[in-house]
Amino acid sequence: MLKGIKKGALTRSLWVYHVAASPCNNCDIEILDLLTPRFDVERFGILLTGSPRHADLLLVTGMVNKKVLDRVLRVYAETPKPCVVAAFGSCAISGDLFVDSYNFAGPLDKHIPVDVYIGGCPPKPEAMILGVVRAIEKVKKLKDL
Amino acid sequence: MAELEPRVIPIGPFHPLQEEAEYFKLTVEGEKVIHLDIQLGYMHRGHGKICEGKTYDQIPFVVERICGICSTSHPFACVQAIEDAANIEIPPRAAYIRSIVGELERIHSHLLWLGLAGHFLGYNTVWMWAWKYREPVLEMCEVITGNRNHYAMFKPGGVRRDIEEGMIPPLLQVLDKLDKKLWMLTKAVLDDPVLHARLEGVGILTKEKAIEYSTEGPTGRASGVAIDVRKDDPHAAYDWIEWEEIVLTEGDVFAKAKVRLLECLESTKIIRQCLEKLKGLPEGDIDAKMTDPPDDEGVGRYEAPRGEVFHYVKGNGSMYPERYKIRAPSYMNIKSNEVAVLGGSVADAAITLAAVDPCYCCTERIAAFDTKGKLLHTWDDLVRLSREKTAKMGGGS
Ligand code: SF4
Repeated sequence: MLKGIKKGALTRSLWVYHVAASPCNNCDIEILDLLTPRFDVERFGILLTGSPRHADLLLVTGMVNKKVLDRVLRVYAETPKPCVVAAFGSCAISGDLFVDSYNFAGPLDKHIPVDVYIGGCPPKPEAMILGVVRAIEKVKKLKDL
Repeated sequence: MAELEPRVIPIGPFHPLQEEAEYFKLTVEGEKVIHLDIQLGYMHRGHGKICEGKTYDQIPFVVERICGICSTSHPFACVQAIEDAANIEIPPRAAYIRSIVGELERIHSHLLWLGLAGHFLGYNTVWMWAWKYREPVLEMCEVITGNRNHYAMFKPGGVRRDIEEGMIPPLLQVLDKLDKKLWMLTKAVLDDPVLHARLEGVGILTKEKAIEYSTEGPTGRASGVAIDVRKDDPHAAYDWIEWEEIVLTEGDVFAKAKVRLLECLESTKIIRQCLEKLKGLPEGDIDAKMTDPPDDEGVGRYEAPRGEVFHYVKGNGSMYPERYKIRAPSYMNIKSNEVAVLGGSVADAAITLAAVDPCYCCTERIAAFDTKGKLLHTWDDLVRLSREKTAKMGGGS
Protein backbone atom coordinates (compact mmCIF):
# COMPACT_ATOMS: atom_id res chain seq x y z
CA MET A 1 0.00 0.00 0.00
CA LEU A 2 2.73 2.39 1.04
CA LYS A 3 4.68 1.29 -1.99
CA GLY A 4 1.81 2.27 -4.25
CA ILE A 5 1.68 5.72 -2.73
CA LYS A 6 5.40 6.25 -3.18
CA LYS A 7 5.23 5.21 -6.79
CA GLY A 8 2.24 7.43 -7.42
CA ALA A 9 4.01 10.37 -5.83
CA LEU A 10 7.10 9.86 -7.91
CA THR A 11 5.32 9.51 -11.21
CA ARG A 12 3.02 12.47 -10.87
CA SER A 13 3.84 16.05 -10.12
CA LEU A 14 7.57 15.75 -9.64
CA TRP A 15 9.15 18.34 -7.40
CA VAL A 16 12.58 19.26 -8.52
CA TYR A 17 15.58 20.44 -6.58
CA HIS A 18 18.31 21.94 -8.63
CA VAL A 19 21.87 21.30 -7.49
CA ALA A 20 24.42 23.57 -9.12
CA ALA A 21 27.61 21.58 -8.78
CA SER A 22 29.98 23.95 -10.52
CA PRO A 23 28.22 24.41 -13.85
CA CYS A 24 28.71 27.25 -16.31
CA ASN A 25 25.23 28.57 -15.51
CA ASN A 26 23.82 27.75 -18.88
CA CYS A 27 22.27 24.48 -17.84
CA ASP A 28 20.78 26.23 -14.82
CA ILE A 29 19.33 29.04 -16.86
CA GLU A 30 17.79 26.58 -19.28
CA ILE A 31 16.17 24.79 -16.34
CA LEU A 32 14.59 28.05 -15.22
CA ASP A 33 13.59 28.66 -18.80
CA LEU A 34 11.45 25.54 -18.58
CA LEU A 35 9.29 27.22 -15.97
CA THR A 36 8.60 30.32 -18.01
CA PRO A 37 5.72 30.78 -20.47
CA ARG A 38 7.26 29.21 -23.57
CA PHE A 39 7.68 25.74 -22.06
CA ASP A 40 5.86 26.07 -18.76
CA VAL A 41 6.40 22.64 -17.23
CA GLU A 42 4.35 23.67 -14.25
CA ARG A 43 1.43 22.47 -16.38
CA PHE A 44 2.57 18.95 -15.53
CA GLY A 45 2.97 19.70 -11.85
CA ILE A 46 6.73 20.04 -12.10
CA LEU A 47 7.88 22.62 -9.62
CA LEU A 48 11.23 23.85 -8.37
CA THR A 49 11.45 23.54 -4.62
CA GLY A 50 13.66 25.45 -2.26
CA SER A 51 14.71 22.53 -0.14
CA PRO A 52 16.04 19.08 -0.99
CA ARG A 53 13.79 17.70 1.75
CA HIS A 54 10.77 18.32 -0.46
CA ALA A 55 12.32 17.02 -3.65
CA ASP A 56 11.52 13.96 -5.74
CA LEU A 57 14.00 14.69 -8.47
CA LEU A 58 17.50 16.05 -8.12
CA LEU A 59 18.76 17.82 -11.21
CA VAL A 60 22.52 18.01 -10.89
CA THR A 61 24.31 20.33 -13.30
CA GLY A 62 27.97 20.98 -13.85
CA MET A 63 31.27 19.24 -13.41
CA VAL A 64 31.43 18.29 -9.74
CA ASN A 65 34.49 19.99 -8.30
CA LYS A 66 36.37 19.13 -5.16
CA LYS A 67 34.89 21.85 -3.03
CA VAL A 68 31.27 21.36 -3.99
CA LEU A 69 31.39 17.54 -3.91
CA ASP A 70 30.94 17.39 -0.16
CA ARG A 71 27.86 19.62 -0.39
CA VAL A 72 26.37 17.58 -3.23
CA LEU A 73 26.70 14.43 -1.14
CA ARG A 74 25.01 16.23 1.73
CA VAL A 75 22.13 17.40 -0.44
CA TYR A 76 21.73 13.85 -1.71
CA ALA A 77 21.69 12.52 1.85
CA GLU A 78 19.02 15.05 2.78
CA THR A 79 16.69 14.09 -0.07
CA PRO A 80 14.01 11.60 0.99
CA LYS A 81 14.46 8.26 -0.74
CA PRO A 82 13.38 6.95 -3.14
CA CYS A 83 14.33 9.85 -5.35
CA VAL A 84 15.35 10.20 -8.95
CA VAL A 85 18.73 11.72 -9.77
CA ALA A 86 19.34 13.23 -13.18
CA ALA A 87 22.78 14.11 -14.47
CA PHE A 88 22.06 17.22 -16.43
CA GLY A 89 24.34 18.29 -19.26
CA SER A 90 27.60 16.90 -20.54
CA CYS A 91 29.47 18.29 -17.55
CA ALA A 92 27.60 16.21 -14.99
CA ILE A 93 27.61 13.13 -17.21
CA SER A 94 31.27 12.98 -18.08
CA GLY A 95 33.02 16.18 -17.12
CA ASP A 96 32.90 17.54 -20.66
CA LEU A 97 36.08 19.45 -21.44
CA PHE A 98 36.78 19.86 -17.75
CA VAL A 99 38.22 16.36 -17.44
CA ASP A 100 41.57 18.12 -17.73
CA SER A 101 40.86 20.41 -14.83
CA TYR A 102 42.83 20.08 -11.61
CA ASN A 103 39.67 20.70 -9.64
CA PHE A 104 37.55 17.96 -11.22
CA ALA A 105 36.29 15.36 -8.76
CA GLY A 106 35.06 12.81 -11.28
CA PRO A 107 31.75 12.37 -13.09
CA LEU A 108 28.59 12.50 -11.00
CA ASP A 109 27.78 8.79 -11.20
CA LYS A 110 31.04 8.02 -9.47
CA HIS A 111 29.65 9.67 -6.35
CA ILE A 112 25.89 9.14 -6.28
CA PRO A 113 23.60 6.76 -8.19
CA VAL A 114 22.26 8.45 -11.31
CA ASP A 115 18.99 7.39 -12.95
CA VAL A 116 18.74 9.53 -16.06
CA TYR A 117 21.33 11.20 -18.20
CA ILE A 118 20.29 14.29 -20.12
CA GLY A 119 22.96 15.07 -22.67
CA GLY A 120 23.83 18.31 -24.38
CA CYS A 121 25.77 21.41 -23.66
CA PRO A 122 23.33 22.76 -22.62
CA PRO A 123 20.51 20.28 -23.34
CA LYS A 124 17.70 21.87 -25.31
CA PRO A 125 14.53 22.44 -23.31
CA GLU A 126 12.81 19.75 -25.34
CA ALA A 127 15.52 17.30 -24.36
CA MET A 128 15.00 18.17 -20.73
CA ILE A 129 11.29 17.46 -20.92
CA LEU A 130 12.09 14.16 -22.60
CA GLY A 131 14.56 13.40 -19.83
CA VAL A 132 11.94 13.93 -17.16
CA VAL A 133 9.48 11.74 -19.05
CA ARG A 134 12.12 9.02 -19.22
CA ALA A 135 12.69 9.36 -15.50
CA ILE A 136 8.99 8.85 -14.85
CA GLU A 137 8.91 5.81 -17.14
CA LYS A 138 11.84 4.37 -15.29
CA VAL A 139 10.16 4.79 -11.92
CA LYS A 140 7.01 3.11 -13.24
CA LYS A 141 9.00 0.05 -14.23
CA LEU A 142 10.65 -0.33 -10.84
CA LYS A 143 9.19 -3.33 -9.04
CA ASP A 144 10.54 -2.93 -5.57
CA LEU A 145 9.40 0.60 -4.90
CA MET B 1 15.08 46.48 26.57
CA ALA B 2 17.63 43.75 26.22
CA GLU B 3 20.70 44.49 24.17
CA LEU B 4 20.48 43.23 20.62
CA GLU B 5 23.19 40.75 19.89
CA PRO B 6 24.56 40.46 16.39
CA ARG B 7 23.40 37.30 14.67
CA VAL B 8 24.67 35.52 11.64
CA ILE B 9 22.39 34.56 8.78
CA PRO B 10 23.98 32.07 6.40
CA ILE B 11 22.90 32.23 2.76
CA GLY B 12 24.04 29.27 0.72
CA PRO B 13 25.94 27.40 -0.58
CA PHE B 14 22.69 25.94 -1.90
CA HIS B 15 19.93 28.43 -1.45
CA PRO B 16 16.65 28.84 -3.31
CA LEU B 17 17.54 32.42 -4.15
CA GLN B 18 20.76 31.53 -5.83
CA GLU B 19 21.25 29.88 -9.12
CA GLU B 20 24.82 29.13 -8.25
CA ALA B 21 26.47 27.71 -5.19
CA GLU B 22 27.95 30.53 -3.15
CA TYR B 23 28.13 31.30 0.50
CA PHE B 24 27.27 34.64 2.12
CA LYS B 25 27.44 35.29 5.81
CA LEU B 26 25.22 38.19 6.78
CA THR B 27 25.76 39.54 10.27
CA VAL B 28 22.69 41.37 11.46
CA GLU B 29 21.71 43.45 14.41
CA GLY B 30 17.95 43.26 14.61
CA GLU B 31 16.90 43.96 11.04
CA LYS B 32 20.03 45.85 10.10
CA VAL B 33 22.89 44.27 8.19
CA ILE B 34 26.18 45.18 9.81
CA HIS B 35 28.63 42.91 8.05
CA LEU B 36 28.84 40.77 4.94
CA ASP B 37 31.30 37.99 4.36
CA ILE B 38 31.48 36.51 0.86
CA GLN B 39 33.03 33.11 0.27
CA LEU B 40 33.70 32.05 -3.27
CA GLY B 41 35.19 28.95 -4.78
CA TYR B 42 32.34 26.48 -5.15
CA MET B 43 32.40 26.80 -8.89
CA HIS B 44 36.11 26.91 -9.61
CA ARG B 45 37.00 24.92 -12.69
CA GLY B 46 40.45 26.20 -13.60
CA HIS B 47 39.86 27.53 -17.10
CA GLY B 48 43.17 29.37 -17.36
CA LYS B 49 45.09 26.17 -16.84
CA ILE B 50 42.88 24.16 -19.19
CA CYS B 51 43.46 26.75 -21.93
CA GLU B 52 47.20 26.28 -21.66
CA GLY B 53 46.73 22.71 -22.83
CA LYS B 54 44.57 23.57 -25.84
CA THR B 55 45.34 24.85 -29.30
CA TYR B 56 44.38 28.36 -30.34
CA ASP B 57 41.47 27.00 -32.33
CA GLN B 58 40.10 25.15 -29.32
CA ILE B 59 40.47 27.92 -26.76
CA PRO B 60 37.35 29.88 -27.80
CA PHE B 61 35.27 26.77 -27.05
CA VAL B 62 36.84 26.43 -23.63
CA VAL B 63 36.40 30.04 -22.59
CA GLU B 64 32.85 29.97 -23.92
CA ARG B 65 32.08 27.52 -21.15
CA ILE B 66 33.27 29.87 -18.44
CA CYS B 67 29.82 31.34 -18.27
CA GLY B 68 26.62 30.33 -19.94
CA ILE B 69 25.11 33.77 -19.84
CA CYS B 70 28.09 35.67 -21.26
CA SER B 71 28.96 32.87 -23.62
CA THR B 72 29.93 35.38 -26.29
CA SER B 73 31.81 37.84 -24.15
CA HIS B 74 34.60 35.50 -23.20
CA PRO B 75 35.28 34.21 -26.71
CA PHE B 76 35.01 37.83 -27.89
CA ALA B 77 37.82 38.96 -25.61
CA CYS B 78 39.71 35.73 -26.23
CA VAL B 79 39.83 35.97 -30.02
CA GLN B 80 40.79 39.61 -29.75
CA ALA B 81 43.69 38.69 -27.48
CA ILE B 82 44.86 36.03 -29.90
CA GLU B 83 44.46 38.38 -32.87
CA ASP B 84 46.37 41.04 -30.99
CA ALA B 85 49.20 38.59 -30.35
CA ALA B 86 49.22 37.29 -33.93
CA ASN B 87 48.64 40.69 -35.53
CA ILE B 88 45.56 39.79 -37.50
CA GLU B 89 43.07 42.28 -38.90
CA ILE B 90 39.57 40.83 -39.22
CA PRO B 91 37.32 41.56 -42.23
CA PRO B 92 34.58 44.17 -41.62
CA ARG B 93 31.81 41.67 -42.22
CA ALA B 94 33.13 39.52 -39.39
CA ALA B 95 33.33 42.61 -37.17
CA TYR B 96 29.67 43.42 -37.77
CA ILE B 97 28.60 39.84 -37.13
CA ARG B 98 30.57 39.79 -33.89
CA SER B 99 28.83 42.93 -32.71
CA ILE B 100 25.43 41.51 -33.63
CA VAL B 101 25.97 38.33 -31.63
CA GLY B 102 27.46 40.32 -28.75
CA GLU B 103 24.48 42.64 -28.56
CA LEU B 104 21.94 39.83 -28.83
CA GLU B 105 23.64 38.31 -25.86
CA ARG B 106 23.46 41.59 -23.98
CA ILE B 107 19.70 41.80 -24.50
CA HIS B 108 19.10 38.25 -23.37
CA SER B 109 21.38 38.67 -20.38
CA HIS B 110 19.74 41.89 -19.23
CA LEU B 111 16.26 40.46 -19.64
CA LEU B 112 17.36 37.43 -17.71
CA TRP B 113 18.57 39.67 -14.90
CA LEU B 114 15.36 41.64 -14.88
CA GLY B 115 13.34 38.46 -14.62
CA LEU B 116 15.45 37.08 -11.81
CA ALA B 117 15.32 40.40 -9.98
CA GLY B 118 11.54 40.23 -10.15
CA HIS B 119 11.69 36.66 -8.88
CA PHE B 120 13.88 37.69 -5.94
CA LEU B 121 11.37 40.35 -5.03
CA GLY B 122 8.58 37.82 -5.12
CA TYR B 123 7.20 39.63 -8.15
CA ASN B 124 6.97 36.68 -10.49
CA THR B 125 4.93 38.56 -13.08
CA VAL B 126 8.04 40.51 -14.02
CA TRP B 127 9.97 37.26 -14.22
CA MET B 128 7.50 35.60 -16.57
CA TRP B 129 7.13 38.62 -18.84
CA ALA B 130 10.84 39.32 -19.10
CA TRP B 131 11.67 35.71 -19.89
CA LYS B 132 8.86 35.49 -22.38
CA TYR B 133 10.40 38.32 -24.37
CA ARG B 134 13.80 36.74 -24.01
CA GLU B 135 12.72 33.74 -26.06
CA PRO B 136 12.67 35.54 -29.45
CA VAL B 137 16.21 36.74 -28.73
CA LEU B 138 17.35 33.18 -28.14
CA GLU B 139 15.58 32.18 -31.32
CA MET B 140 17.47 34.82 -33.25
CA CYS B 141 20.69 33.48 -31.76
CA GLU B 142 19.69 30.01 -32.87
CA VAL B 143 18.99 31.20 -36.40
CA ILE B 144 22.27 33.10 -36.65
CA THR B 145 24.62 30.79 -34.82
CA GLY B 146 22.91 27.42 -34.68
CA ASN B 147 22.47 27.28 -30.93
CA ARG B 148 20.41 28.96 -28.25
CA ASN B 149 23.41 29.47 -26.03
CA HIS B 150 27.07 28.58 -26.37
CA TYR B 151 27.19 29.89 -29.89
CA ALA B 152 30.61 28.60 -31.01
CA MET B 153 30.61 31.51 -33.41
CA PHE B 154 34.00 33.10 -32.94
CA LYS B 155 37.37 31.95 -34.11
CA PRO B 156 40.71 33.71 -34.19
CA GLY B 157 40.56 35.72 -37.41
CA GLY B 158 36.80 36.04 -37.81
CA VAL B 159 33.57 34.16 -37.28
CA ARG B 160 32.47 30.66 -38.24
CA ARG B 161 29.12 31.38 -39.86
CA ASP B 162 27.91 34.09 -42.14
CA ILE B 163 24.58 35.88 -41.94
CA GLU B 164 23.15 35.39 -45.41
CA GLU B 165 21.39 38.14 -47.31
CA GLY B 166 18.03 36.37 -47.18
CA MET B 167 18.14 36.13 -43.40
CA ILE B 168 18.37 39.85 -42.82
CA PRO B 169 14.75 40.96 -43.52
CA PRO B 170 13.16 38.33 -41.24
CA LEU B 171 15.68 39.18 -38.53
CA LEU B 172 14.82 42.86 -38.86
CA GLN B 173 11.14 41.99 -38.53
CA VAL B 174 11.69 40.05 -35.33
CA LEU B 175 13.80 42.95 -34.10
CA ASP B 176 10.96 45.41 -34.72
CA LYS B 177 8.57 43.29 -32.72
CA LEU B 178 11.13 42.86 -29.99
CA ASP B 179 11.70 46.59 -29.86
CA LYS B 180 8.02 47.22 -29.18
CA LYS B 181 7.96 44.61 -26.43
CA LEU B 182 11.11 46.03 -24.88
CA TRP B 183 9.63 49.52 -24.86
CA MET B 184 6.53 48.21 -23.24
CA LEU B 185 8.51 46.33 -20.64
CA THR B 186 10.73 49.33 -19.94
CA LYS B 187 7.78 51.62 -19.46
CA ALA B 188 5.94 49.06 -17.37
CA VAL B 189 8.91 48.64 -15.06
CA LEU B 190 9.73 52.33 -14.82
CA ASP B 191 6.11 53.23 -14.03
CA ASP B 192 5.43 50.39 -11.65
CA PRO B 193 4.62 51.79 -8.20
CA VAL B 194 5.53 48.51 -6.51
CA LEU B 195 8.99 48.43 -8.04
CA HIS B 196 9.51 52.12 -7.26
CA ALA B 197 8.60 51.57 -3.64
CA ARG B 198 10.68 48.44 -3.38
CA LEU B 199 13.83 49.46 -5.21
CA GLU B 200 14.31 53.20 -4.99
CA GLY B 201 16.94 54.22 -2.47
CA VAL B 202 17.78 50.58 -1.77
CA GLY B 203 21.38 49.37 -1.77
CA ILE B 204 22.93 52.65 -2.80
CA LEU B 205 26.47 52.51 -4.11
CA THR B 206 27.94 56.02 -4.23
CA LYS B 207 30.18 57.12 -7.05
CA GLU B 208 33.22 57.30 -4.74
CA LYS B 209 32.68 53.75 -3.56
CA ALA B 210 31.96 52.56 -7.08
CA ILE B 211 35.35 53.90 -8.16
CA GLU B 212 37.09 52.65 -5.04
CA TYR B 213 35.85 49.12 -5.65
CA SER B 214 36.57 49.36 -9.40
CA THR B 215 33.03 48.39 -10.29
CA GLU B 216 32.34 47.97 -13.96
CA GLY B 217 29.52 47.64 -16.40
CA PRO B 218 25.94 48.57 -15.45
CA THR B 219 26.86 48.49 -11.75
CA GLY B 220 29.34 51.29 -12.24
CA ARG B 221 27.30 53.14 -14.85
CA ALA B 222 24.29 53.26 -12.52
CA SER B 223 26.53 55.05 -10.01
CA GLY B 224 27.76 57.62 -12.48
CA VAL B 225 31.02 55.94 -13.52
CA ALA B 226 31.04 56.34 -17.28
CA ILE B 227 33.14 53.43 -18.44
CA ASP B 228 32.26 51.19 -21.32
CA VAL B 229 34.92 49.37 -23.27
CA ARG B 230 32.81 49.60 -26.40
CA LYS B 231 33.21 53.39 -26.26
CA ASP B 232 36.58 53.73 -24.55
CA ASP B 233 38.49 51.21 -26.61
CA PRO B 234 36.32 50.55 -29.66
CA HIS B 235 36.69 47.20 -31.32
CA ALA B 236 34.64 45.06 -33.71
CA ALA B 237 32.06 47.40 -35.26
CA TYR B 238 31.36 49.62 -32.28
CA ASP B 239 32.91 52.81 -33.60
CA TRP B 240 31.31 52.54 -37.02
CA ILE B 241 27.79 52.93 -35.72
CA GLU B 242 25.71 55.34 -33.68
CA TRP B 243 24.82 54.42 -30.14
CA GLU B 244 24.80 55.93 -26.71
CA GLU B 245 26.33 54.97 -23.44
CA ILE B 246 23.75 54.93 -20.64
CA VAL B 247 24.96 56.52 -17.43
CA LEU B 248 22.82 57.32 -14.38
CA THR B 249 23.85 58.78 -11.08
CA GLU B 250 21.51 57.44 -8.41
CA GLY B 251 23.39 54.22 -7.69
CA ASP B 252 20.43 52.37 -6.18
CA VAL B 253 18.92 49.11 -7.37
CA PHE B 254 16.30 50.93 -9.41
CA ALA B 255 18.99 52.81 -11.33
CA LYS B 256 20.73 49.53 -12.07
CA ALA B 257 17.51 48.10 -13.48
CA LYS B 258 16.97 51.24 -15.54
CA VAL B 259 20.48 51.21 -16.98
CA ARG B 260 20.02 47.63 -18.10
CA LEU B 261 16.64 48.23 -19.68
CA LEU B 262 17.81 51.28 -21.58
CA GLU B 263 20.89 49.37 -22.71
CA CYS B 264 18.68 46.71 -24.22
CA LEU B 265 17.07 49.39 -26.37
CA GLU B 266 20.51 50.65 -27.41
CA SER B 267 21.46 47.11 -28.30
CA THR B 268 18.54 46.69 -30.69
CA LYS B 269 19.68 49.93 -32.29
CA ILE B 270 23.18 48.56 -32.75
CA ILE B 271 21.96 45.26 -34.17
CA ARG B 272 19.68 47.02 -36.64
CA GLN B 273 22.49 49.22 -37.93
CA CYS B 274 24.89 46.28 -38.17
CA LEU B 275 22.36 44.23 -40.15
CA GLU B 276 21.82 47.14 -42.54
CA LYS B 277 25.57 47.57 -43.02
CA LEU B 278 25.97 43.86 -43.78
CA LYS B 279 23.92 44.33 -46.93
CA GLY B 280 26.68 46.32 -48.61
CA LEU B 281 29.53 43.93 -47.82
CA PRO B 282 30.69 40.93 -49.86
CA GLU B 283 29.10 37.75 -48.57
CA GLY B 284 31.37 35.03 -47.26
CA ASP B 285 34.26 37.33 -46.41
CA ILE B 286 34.23 36.45 -42.72
CA ASP B 287 37.57 34.92 -41.97
CA ALA B 288 41.09 36.33 -42.11
CA LYS B 289 42.85 33.03 -41.69
CA MET B 290 45.34 32.71 -38.89
CA THR B 291 48.30 30.99 -40.49
CA ASP B 292 51.06 31.12 -37.89
CA PRO B 293 50.56 30.73 -34.17
CA PRO B 294 51.45 33.91 -32.27
CA ASP B 295 54.86 34.40 -30.79
CA ASP B 296 53.96 37.41 -28.69
CA GLU B 297 51.69 38.66 -25.95
CA GLY B 298 48.21 39.95 -26.62
CA VAL B 299 45.30 41.35 -24.70
CA GLY B 300 41.63 41.44 -25.53
CA ARG B 301 38.88 43.45 -23.86
CA TYR B 302 35.18 43.35 -24.34
CA GLU B 303 32.28 44.97 -22.56
CA ALA B 304 30.30 41.96 -21.36
CA PRO B 305 26.76 42.55 -20.08
CA ARG B 306 28.28 42.78 -16.58
CA GLY B 307 31.38 44.83 -17.31
CA GLU B 308 34.79 44.52 -18.82
CA VAL B 309 36.13 41.08 -19.63
CA PHE B 310 39.88 40.96 -20.01
CA HIS B 311 41.89 38.15 -21.56
CA TYR B 312 45.63 37.89 -21.77
CA VAL B 313 47.53 35.41 -23.88
CA LYS B 314 51.23 34.80 -24.26
CA GLY B 315 52.29 32.69 -27.19
CA ASN B 316 55.65 31.09 -27.83
CA GLY B 317 55.32 30.16 -31.47
CA SER B 318 53.86 26.73 -30.75
CA MET B 319 50.23 25.71 -31.15
CA TYR B 320 49.64 26.11 -27.42
CA PRO B 321 49.75 29.34 -25.42
CA GLU B 322 52.35 29.61 -22.72
CA ARG B 323 50.17 31.59 -20.37
CA TYR B 324 46.48 32.37 -20.39
CA LYS B 325 44.83 34.74 -17.97
CA ILE B 326 41.19 35.70 -17.62
CA ARG B 327 39.67 38.49 -15.59
CA ALA B 328 35.90 38.77 -15.36
CA PRO B 329 34.00 41.82 -14.10
CA SER B 330 31.90 40.16 -11.43
CA TYR B 331 34.80 39.82 -9.04
CA MET B 332 35.00 43.56 -8.52
CA ASN B 333 31.24 44.03 -8.69
CA ILE B 334 30.53 41.39 -6.07
CA LYS B 335 32.99 42.99 -3.69
CA SER B 336 31.07 46.27 -3.89
CA ASN B 337 28.20 44.48 -2.14
CA GLU B 338 30.19 44.85 1.05
CA VAL B 339 29.26 48.52 1.11
CA ALA B 340 25.94 48.38 -0.71
CA VAL B 341 24.16 46.07 1.75
CA LEU B 342 25.58 47.59 4.91
CA GLY B 343 23.04 49.51 6.93
CA GLY B 344 20.16 48.20 4.85
CA SER B 345 17.55 45.78 6.14
CA VAL B 346 17.78 42.01 5.79
CA ALA B 347 14.79 42.02 3.47
CA ASP B 348 16.69 44.23 1.03
CA ALA B 349 19.87 42.17 1.17
CA ALA B 350 18.79 39.57 -1.38
CA ILE B 351 17.91 42.07 -4.08
CA THR B 352 20.95 44.22 -3.35
CA LEU B 353 23.22 41.20 -3.69
CA ALA B 354 21.50 40.33 -6.94
CA ALA B 355 21.54 43.88 -8.29
CA VAL B 356 25.13 43.72 -9.52
CA ASP B 357 24.06 40.76 -11.66
CA PRO B 358 26.66 38.54 -10.09
CA CYS B 359 28.03 35.74 -12.15
CA TYR B 360 30.05 33.57 -9.87
CA CYS B 361 31.20 30.99 -12.32
CA CYS B 362 33.20 33.68 -14.16
CA THR B 363 34.75 34.82 -11.00
CA GLU B 364 35.84 31.88 -8.98
CA ARG B 365 39.20 31.75 -7.33
CA ILE B 366 40.51 29.12 -5.03
CA ALA B 367 42.81 29.12 -2.07
CA ALA B 368 44.42 25.91 -0.90
CA PHE B 369 44.35 25.03 2.79
CA ASP B 370 45.84 22.10 4.61
CA THR B 371 43.64 19.95 6.86
CA LYS B 372 44.34 22.14 9.88
CA GLY B 373 43.03 25.22 8.11
CA LYS B 374 46.38 26.79 7.33
CA LEU B 375 46.63 28.68 4.05
CA LEU B 376 49.10 26.84 1.84
CA HIS B 377 49.96 29.53 -0.65
CA THR B 378 50.08 33.05 0.67
CA TRP B 379 50.41 36.08 -1.56
CA ASP B 380 54.20 36.08 -1.16
CA ASP B 381 54.40 32.40 -2.08
CA LEU B 382 52.38 33.00 -5.20
CA VAL B 383 54.56 35.91 -6.27
CA ARG B 384 57.68 33.80 -5.69
CA LEU B 385 56.24 30.83 -7.62
CA SER B 386 55.26 33.04 -10.52
CA ARG B 387 58.74 34.61 -10.65
CA GLU B 388 60.36 31.18 -10.59
CA LYS B 389 58.17 30.04 -13.45
CA THR B 390 58.95 33.13 -15.49
CA ALA B 391 62.66 32.68 -14.89
CA LYS B 392 62.41 29.03 -15.95
CA MET B 393 60.77 30.07 -19.18
CA GLY B 394 63.63 32.47 -19.80
CA GLY B 395 61.58 35.66 -19.57
CA GLY B 396 62.22 38.85 -17.61
CA SER B 397 61.62 39.24 -13.88
S1 SF4 C 1 27.04 20.96 -19.89
FE1 SF4 C 1 27.66 22.79 -21.03
S2 SF4 C 1 26.05 24.26 -20.59
FE2 SF4 C 1 25.89 22.66 -19.05
S3 SF4 C 1 27.10 23.40 -17.32
FE3 SF4 C 1 28.44 22.14 -18.60
S4 SF4 C 1 29.47 23.58 -19.97
FE4 SF4 C 1 27.67 24.61 -19.11
